[in-house]
Amino acid sequence: MVDRIKNATPHMTRNEDLIFERSTPGKTGAELPPLDVPARPPERTLGDFYRSDIEGFPEISELDVMRHFTRLSTWNYSIDAGVYPLGSCTMKYNPRLNETVARFAGLGTDHPYTPEHLSQGCLKVLADTQRALLEITGMDAISLQPAAGAQGELTGLLLIRACLRERGDARRYILVPDSAHGTNPASVTISGYEALPLKSDSRGCVDLAELERLMTGEVAGLMLTNPNTLGIFEQDIERVCDIVHAKGGLVYMDGANMNALVGVARPGRFGVDVMHLNLHKTFSTPHGGGGPGSGPVAVKRLLEPYLPTPTVEEQPDGSVRLNYDRPRSVGRVRAFYGNFGMAVRALAYILAYGPAGLRQATEDAVLNANYVKERIRDCYDLPYDAPSMHECVFSDRRQETRGVRTGDIAKRLIDYGFHPYTTSFPLIVHGALMIEPTESAGKPELDALIDALRSIAQEAEEDPALVQKAPHTTRVSRLDEVGAARKPILRWKPASG
Amino acid sequence: MRYLPNSDSDRAAMIEAIGKKSVDELFDQIPADLRLRDRLNLPGPLSEPELLEFFEQASRESARDYVSLLGAGAYAHYRPVVIDALILRGEFLTSYTPYQAEISQGNLQAMFEFQTLIAQLTGMDVANSSLYDGSTATNEAVLMAMRLTHRDRVVVARTVHPEYRQVIATYVQHQGVEVVETPYAPSGQIDLAALEAAVDDQTATVVVQSPNFFGALENWAAVAEAVHKCGALLVSVITEPLSLALVRPPIEADIICGEAQSFGVPVAFGGPYVGFLATRERFIRQMPGRLVGETKDSQGRRGYCLTLATREQHIRREKATSNICTSQSLMALNATIYMCLLGKSGIRALAEQNLAKACYAADELGKVPGAAIPFRAPHFNEFVVKAPGDCGELLAALREEKIIGGLPLERFYPELKDHILVCVTEMVSRRALDRTIEVWHRFSRPVTEKVADAAAVG
Ligand SMILES: Cc1ncc(COP(=O)(O)O)c(C=O)c1O
Repeated sequence: MVDRIKNATPHMTRNEDLIFERSTPGKTGAELPPLDVPARPPERTLGDFYRSDIEGFPEISELDVMRHFTRLSTWNYSIDAGVYPLGSCTMKYNPRLNETVARFAGLGTDHPYTPEHLSQGCLKVLADTQRALLEITGMDAISLQPAAGAQGELTGLLLIRACLRERGDARRYILVPDSAHGTNPASVTISGYEALPLKSDSRGCVDLAELERLMTGEVAGLMLTNPNTLGIFEQDIERVCDIVHAKGGLVYMDGANMNALVGVARPGRFGVDVMHLNLHKTFSTPHGGGGPGSGPVAVKRLLEPYLPTPTVEEQPDGSVRLNYDRPRSVGRVRAFYGNFGMAVRALAYILAYGPAGLRQATEDAVLNANYVKERIRDCYDLPYDAPSMHECVFSDRRQETRGVRTGDIAKRLIDYGFHPYTTSFPLIVHGALMIEPTESAGKPELDALIDALRSIAQEAEEDPALVQKAPHTTRVSRLDEVGAARKPILRWKPASG
Repeated sequence: MRYLPNSDSDRAAMIEAIGKKSVDELFDQIPADLRLRDRLNLPGPLSEPELLEFFEQASRESARDYVSLLGAGAYAHYRPVVIDALILRGEFLTSYTPYQAEISQGNLQAMFEFQTLIAQLTGMDVANSSLYDGSTATNEAVLMAMRLTHRDRVVVARTVHPEYRQVIATYVQHQGVEVVETPYAPSGQIDLAALEAAVDDQTATVVVQSPNFFGALENWAAVAEAVHKCGALLVSVITEPLSLALVRPPIEADIICGEAQSFGVPVAFGGPYVGFLATRERFIRQMPGRLVGETKDSQGRRGYCLTLATREQHIRREKATSNICTSQSLMALNATIYMCLLGKSGIRALAEQNLAKACYAADELGKVPGAAIPFRAPHFNEFVVKAPGDCGELLAALREEKIIGGLPLERFYPELKDHILVCVTEMVSRRALDRTIEVWHRFSRPVTEKVADAAAVG
């Protein structure tokens, strides 16, 4: 069984305790220059406020820190190491140049309250990023303030609410397709609306009849992901928007899947009123093990007055200023101007590709997904057999008859040297395998991924236990997640006694 | 294009394998009238040297040559080079949220260490593995307190960061919540009498920051008593957590949240930063954000995994404790490495330097004729000083010397005309401070002379 695995072999993996267990009194990993003003004894200066010790805080040398985190790093899978076909997450190459320029003096060091005339460089990066994203989406105005996709969703919903309220039109619900990402309904709740589930039709797309039925004067709008979470383009998008608009509602587009559209089609043309982008997906800003992200919100003219303050505005003389004087704004969703550093990286990505390159990247992403889909469709169940955009979604129905579920196949893929696809999402697919290769996988690597998926399908037939107990080659085997939640241990504590 | 691994012959082979004639056919599913006919109107492509030049130009139009006395929620501290050597490792930089625990143990263990360090610093039982930033962490704490108390009145001190207060206002605007702001006392701390009057049995939470926006340290015991008497929860906000190396943490609070940017995360024009939230064990099921827990693998070895996910949006959807998904893991790692490098003694030494420098600056500026230190409560590395005259002119005079002299407070507090919030970290040298003080003196001279002249004429 092991000889089937061509792409991975176990490599050196060192044991490493927690940093606290490495600590020895008297060590430090940082030294300061001498103090150049008179010392102030803190006990006296701070009086009752004084703290004498941080109990348990580590004491370690610089080399210890270096080794500790270097060893931890080797226990992670990464895009740099290999293909990361995690559906809906768009794990594409993160160009290193972007890290370099984001650290340039000024861009990496200017304080957000620097007088505007001294921070024109930063403000121009924001303005350039805005302009590029508007060109790509075909929308009219944008805010870079939201810190991630979910915050972009909330912001967009608040914009819808503000607009309807000005019309004196209080409504109660937002329609959310059953295929939507979990952040969509969660954001609806925080916006003060209620999520009303919208069933998908047999194609996995918006059911127009159902939409007509549910779209009443009590519904403020629809949140739609396009391409949807099955990787299928919602062909009726214009009709969908018309139905919602006819009843006085607005349409929100979750743009998490923009990697299928950049340079090919613009949501501004679809009829949607507001959308968010994930700079940490489509525009290559690194995921960093779970953020930082950035979730710009782009709108049609109608919603522009409500965008969060401040807005970043280019002046006729070429300078850029922050506009705080926006009385109809929904307010501020985050301190300062959002994750500025992500804008620097996204802009570097866009400029590096240029218009033809961006389109090429989209074409490659879509071609890669279709290639994988075509080459494994005889091994896995394909519940929605529509043309795919940037990702494809299979079901584990066939393997389930052998007791092998999508989570097991995913774990076995690790043994073959790949990061798993996304499991169990979208919820409308029974045991989903959601595969998004992105443009950052070359054909030889895709062929290896395909071989692995085919081989696992065969293993599921011949030796289901092998798959059920995977992974077999990792530092740790499957972890007891149930036990972790039953009796949570969320921090280290010194051994007592 | 240098980032794309496929060659034209790869593409041709793949197109053939899927039975298409051209890649364009793959886009036939998009209705023709929705497809873009022209190329995007964007610059590029740019090579590496061209990109470097582009961003170098932006870097030139910055305050990179200035000494900065700005704080107010974003603090410039020295970043040891080890931080970037580690966070730029692809294994950290280019990995996803650790849903697949077996191949994410590095991130998971580092997050567990972050949770522990924050718990140790704040004196709380548990901390989560990061939120977007201090402002949204504060808002999440407010929403959490409302869930815990089933009450809907929120009292916020006016000395909480003004932009954090704005974020709270945005988030609760449709929740039927009443937000009440309480004033500050002449000391610069919260006005306790006004606080007691503002808190009632419908109050979910009282939000207080320390060091507060004026840099003043709050007296937690007195605040907590007023809050807890009415059954409300105390949320304590910290924007400069380095202070916790020398200042007793607000252990009387129910939730401690804030911004950990101060721990070696670049100031970077406002982000990415890293929010944190710590609380008591008994409240963990109402916490927002990801939590990493210790567990064992099938062979009994210690390992870590994301836990208590039933609070989160991917499981609970519209009933989740928060909508947060992607948070700020890499910046949490940055802060973790920073805290580990400094360690127990280093972080104290650094905090002592910040305290000494800020005290020196406050003393010297306070001596400038016509200037005043209006608030007398103890401070850490930030304080308010009233300028001897028009603060706009004074700050302009400082800029002539390549110094950004602080934040004029009138923008957020109209009653504090000509008051400047000054922050002094270890990054500001004695020389720069003395130059600043000299400009203040020079600026004050004509003002006081004018006053004297006027008196003589009168
Ligand atoms: C379809 C979809 N919508 C929304 C989100 C939420 O984005 P974020 O994680 O940046 O908050 C995601 C990503 O996780 C997603 O895949």
